[in-house]
Amino acid sequence: MNLDAKIPAGPIEQKWDKHRFDMKLVNPANKRKYEVIVVGTGLAGASAAATLGELGYRVKCFTFHDSARRAHSIAAQGGINSAKNYQGDGDSIFRLFYDTVKGGDFRSREANVYRLAEVSLNIIDQAVAQGVPFAREYGGLLANRSFGGAQVSRTFYARGQTGQQLLLGAYQALKRQVALGTVKVYTRHEMLDLVVEDGVAKGIVTRDLVSGKVESHAGHAVVLATGGYSNVFFLSTNAKGCNVTATWRAAKKGAGFANPCYTQIHPTCIPPAGDYQSKLTLMSESLRNDGRIWVPKKAGDERRARDIPEDERDYYLERFYPSFGNLSPRDISSRRAKEMVDTGHGVGHMKNGVFLDFKDSIQRLGREVIAERYGNLFEMYEKITGENPYEVPMRIFPAPHYTMGGLWVDYNLMSNVPGLFVLGEANFSDHGANRLGASALMQGLADGYFVAPLTVGHYLAGVPRDPVTNDHAVFRDAEQAVAEKTSRLLAVNGHKTVDEFHIELGRLMWENVGMERNEAGLKETLQKIPEIRERFWSEVRVLGSGDTLNQSLEKAGRVADFLEFAEVMAWDALTRDESCGAHYRTEHTTPDGEAKRDDEDFAFVSVWEHKGVGEKPVLHKEPLEFENVKLSTRSYK
Amino acid sequence: MHRVVALYRSSVGKKILMAFTGFIWIGFLAGHMFGNLKAFQGAGAFDSYAHHLRIFGEPILPYKGFLWAFRTVMFLALAIHVLFSWQTSRQSWAARTTGYRRQKSLNFDFASRWMRWTGVLILVFLVFHILHMTTGTLHSPTFEAETLTQSFAFHNLVTGLVSPWMAAIYFVAMVAILFHLWHGVWSIFQTLGGNHPKYTGWRRPFAVLVSIVIFLGFVSIPVSVLTGIVTQ
Amino acid sequence: MNLTLHVWRQDGPTAPGRFETYQAKDVSEHASFLEMLDLVNEDLTREGKEPIAFEHDCREGICGSCGMMINGTPHGPNKMVATCQLHMRFFHDGDEIWIEPFRATAFPIIRDLVVDRSALDRIIDAGGYISIRTGSPTDANSIPIRKRDADEAMDAAQCIGCGACVAACPNASAMLFTSAKVSHLGLLPQGQPERWTRVVDMIAQHDLEGFGTCTNHGACQEACPKGISVDFIARLNRDLMQASWKAAEPPVAAAGGGG
Ligand SMILES: Cc1cc2nc3c(=O)[nH]c(=O)nc-3n(C[C@H](O)[C@H](O)[C@H](O)COP(=O)(O)OP(=O)(O)OC[C@H]3O[C@@H](n4cnc5c(N)ncnc54)[C@H](O)[C@@H]3O)c2cc1C
Ligand code: HEM
Ligand code: HEM
Ligand code: SF4
Ligand code: F3S
Ligand code: FES
Repeated sequence: MNLDAKIPAGPIEQKWDKHRFDMKLVNPANKRKYEVIVVGTGLAGASAAATLGELGYRVKCFTFHDSARRAHSIAAQGGINSAKNYQGDGDSIFRLFYDTVKGGDFRSREANVYRLAEVSLNIIDQAVAQGVPFAREYGGLLANRSFGGAQVSRTFYARGQTGQQLLLGAYQALKRQVALGTVKVYTRHEMLDLVVEDGVAKGIVTRDLVSGKVESHAGHAVVLATGGYSNVFFLSTNAKGCNVTATWRAAKKGAGFANPCYTQIHPTCIPPAGDYQSKLTLMSESLRNDGRIWVPKKAGDERRARDIPEDERDYYLERFYPSFGNLSPRDISSRRAKEMVDTGHGVGHMKNGVFLDFKDSIQRLGREVIAERYGNLFEMYEKITGENPYEVPMRIFPAPHYTMGGLWVDYNLMSNVPGLFVLGEANFSDHGANRLGASALMQGLADGYFVAPLTVGHYLAGVPRDPVTNDHAVFRDAEQAVAEKTSRLLAVNGHKTVDEFHIELGRLMWENVGMERNEAGLKETLQKIPEIRERFWSEVRVLGSGDTLNQSLEKAGRVADFLEFAEVMAWDALTRDESCGAHYRTEHTTPDGEAKRDDEDFAFVSVWEHKGVGEKPVLHKEPLEFENVKLSTRSYK
Repeated sequence: MHRVVALYRSSVGKKILMAFTGFIWIGFLAGHMFGNLKAFQGAGAFDSYAHHLRIFGEPILPYKGFLWAFRTVMFLALAIHVLFSWQTSRQSWAARTTGYRRQKSLNFDFASRWMRWTGVLILVFLVFHILHMTTGTLHSPTFEAETLTQSFAFHNLVTGLVSPWMAAIYFVAMVAILFHLWHGVWSIFQTLGGNHPKYTGWRRPFAVLVSIVIFLGFVSIPVSVLTGIVTQ
Repeated sequence: MNLTLHVWRQDGPTAPGRFETYQAKDVSEHASFLEMLDLVNEDLTREGKEPIAFEHDCREGICGSCGMMINGTPHGPNKMVATCQLHMRFFHDGDEIWIEPFRATAFPIIRDLVVDRSALDRIIDAGGYISIRTGSPTDANSIPIRKRDADEAMDAAQCIGCGACVAACPNASAMLFTSAKVSHLGLLPQGQPERWTRVVDMIAQHDLEGFGTCTNHGACQEACPKGISVDFIARLNRDLMQASWKAAEPPVAAAGGGG
């Protein structure tokens, strides 16, 4: 597997500039002769498709949603970072770069991160010009807030709906190209395979989710922007449709899957209320600015929160981390919460949460101030739980939220399969082992608006301009394989529903490959996954037919892929015998119980090569070098 | 010009024109009501007012010249209003051909649902009313046509409304007007984009007030004739 | 709690539909409405009956995928929530619930409760954007925007494109959606150059899609999960009037190369 990252030479500040000059260009008159396939219409996909269309390429853009605007990016709440330094509080490109590398616990690629920080400036300009109604101050200038423990205010936001507004901006740019005829959007089309010929990406196979028709589409380049795979845990903050299918099928066709075990757990979500729970809802992290986190000191305490006296409450984050307290980083607060619940201190009717209490701040600041800061979040919480957070402390618990792992890409965002580009959450590139708040939106848009359109062009400049067709046998074979898989799913006709298997897999992954991992648990998981997978293929029940809208069939295909992919996750977690960022191996802790990195042996990207279902995948390594940020240990004591 | 055509072509443009023409008719109603209320001052005041309308603008305009110009405008306004309400209604009917098994009305006011039917009622009433009070075709033999120097409107009014049946028809029509304006006056603000944070809250009370005043102003006549407050 | 559901089932766009009655047993009051449907679907599958098709994704009221008529109101009896945010504690043991798809000629039924809302996307195609080129804009702070205008634009921009306004409107009009889009862009300085053509073109597309005419019923605002106000419809009307008064400019052919 060729893992040349193609990082341009020179000082880090000049790499991108120099690279932009070095890249080959396509003559404007020839651009229209190239066809580019973009899968996904989230921030990354929509912005890439729109910009490629604008440059003059012919673009086909696919999404399984009924509209391009429904991609999961729409759900992002908090905000987007940019090193604009509008607040004059000492922010700079280098500081954003530095924070991101450090936040990723030194497992990301410096050159990519630096470019991300550079391009972050253009993103805000672009979004504002598109009409994204970011929050403003009375003077009419853009407002910022500090987010996720950052020491500067660099987060731009649009109420609690930043992702929605940014996605609408990208979607509208996309629609403009649709109107101009440069981009064609195929909605309700799911990509079910990548077509590779002579080691080069040549197109994709899709299934029309309404008619069931399996078709292939050829392109000079294929861009995947299909989002993350947190739903491997069944319960996560991700939309129900998020899945690993597109990237996993590409991995099966030869693309390396990088760092699959880096999955982020978000500390402030509403805990599950029952077995029927279908997904978890994120409550903004900003709540931790004024809420105090505690559990009863006595395990199994049945009293109501208000009846537990002060001296019988354990404000454990304040106790463990006196200086950061309730604002300790995501991974640390998450692990501590799990520890409390595991030791019997959990609260709520299922004993599966910890309290986030606003009593003190209401007393100190008054109800109005709290209402002004968090009113809409409190309402949202009340809508879901029926409890009023002004009166009763909120209950929160960590939940899977974001996946740093993804398909391996080089500096040009191209995978090891030439012609296959991967953007946004679907790639692995910029966040290392842990992602800072408000940086996923930034990365998706950086990739889509500012990086891929140029690097894809650079690739196309070296590809013959001949029209592409899907006449070749590889396309027929791929179509047939997809159609066969569909009929196989329909033919099992067992006695268990798709969700039953998904829930079973999710529980297993959450227990052993979730917030905390250890060798025994991972080995057990590696044994159990194939077993569930086998039962799935003999016991699952998918009703209906393959030539109409069939939601169970869609789900079944995605769960089948999770059942294969989960194994790579476990392999990755097992072989990464260190703790770093969100990957926490209980064997590797500092004396204070924090993640202990092993830079000597593990300063590399793990890239997995698929060798067949059930076969052990092969590990390849891309070494990571840190020239601009000194390797150091995080401390939040 | 092509913009005006575009206005006509678009559903919103049609509704804007409906609002304008509706507004013209409300203006007429206000004036007509004012004229009708002269009945309380007796035959003299009423008839001379009616006569005045006919000789208005003389000698520059011919006899009834102003009246005919006025009638033309009113007729055109009505025609536009009715035509567009027909066209837009058809568009809306076609927009949902299968209804709901159950549907809760979430409309701002009850009257909005009945606009089309109260409108038709008003149109039918108008035809009837002109044949009744202006041409006398449907009037009892007591109808007296105007002469060049005199109008007998008051006489026609009172004799035309003494029958309880007639009074009832007028009453029902006035209820239709009440409902049509209840929603319509508010609707004009909305359609013509007349909303501003400062007075948005007043639109609805204003509409209710206007429709009730017009309703009371008009029904007071048949009621007074029936009860004998206004007699010949 | 136990509930009786009457659910609209329809196998395909042209197939005739019918109501079918199902029992939802032991539903927790903490479950969401969609989780209740999940349970029913699990039972149906085990019984060998095809599960009810309904659209959903984010399940937190932002993607706009979900949406159905619940007892005659789009998104159910609660105000300002999407179907996915409706919780079963608002129902009572023994309740009968009628569940129907959003109905409008412009929203053809695909299956059961799933309808095709791509007409809304095509309204955006007709001009619901600001024409700028990637990478060309000036610094984001170079044009200050009054906070009031920015906030009002955001009020309009919150629309999630769910189509409940159409479902609720007695005329099946999509005017609330269209007005939200037109107002969002029209309130910002960046949206001014295309303001007048945008409103004309988007309304034209709205009509072409087969939506009805707005007669100011206001049901849309009541049904809208984001509380989009009909004041935006007034604003849209005003814009259209102004657009027709502005001198007509001869249409310019779109620049080549995908501009
Ligand atoms: C609740 C929540 C809140 C968040 N808040 C923030 C925040 O405040 N700040 C921040 O920076 N980040 C935040 N994030 C993370 C961020 O939203 C995502 O990482 C980011 O939006 C991902 O964008 P994307 O374009 O890569 O993928 P997505 O938006 O997930 O888009 C994926 C696209 O691919 C399509 N697709 C997938 N598979 C297929 C297939 N097989 N065939 C066809 N199409 C396919 C989908 O239809 C979709 O269009 C949040 C995430 C969550 C879950
Ligand atoms: C109780 C209610 C009403 C009474 C008593 C009434 C009475 C009259 C009378 C007496 C005339 C004849 C006037 C004349 O010959 O000079 C008249 C004319 C007319 N009325 Fe009314 N009217 C009533 C309501 C209405 C309403 C509600 C409308 C409209 C919707 C209306 C529209 C007209 C018109 C168009 C004319 C003819 C004017 C013309 O000569 O061109 N009337 N009405
Ligand atoms: C056949 C006769 C009529 C019909 C079928 C009719 C029908 C309608 C309809 C369908 C509407 C649209 C509802 C709305 O937009 O709110 C409407 C609006 C209105 N009508 Fe009529 N109408 C008729 C006569 C009249 C008359 C005679 C008047 C005047 C007294 C009138 C006044 C109005 C007003 C003010 C509106 C509101 C316009 C708007 O803002 O949309 N209508 N009518
Ligand atoms: S205006 Fe409201 S109801 Fe209509 S599509 Fe937008 S969010 Fe849904
Ligand atoms: S309900 Fe319909 S009529 Fe207009 S105000 Fe709303 S679109
Ligand atoms: S499922 Fe996304 S809004 Fe309801």
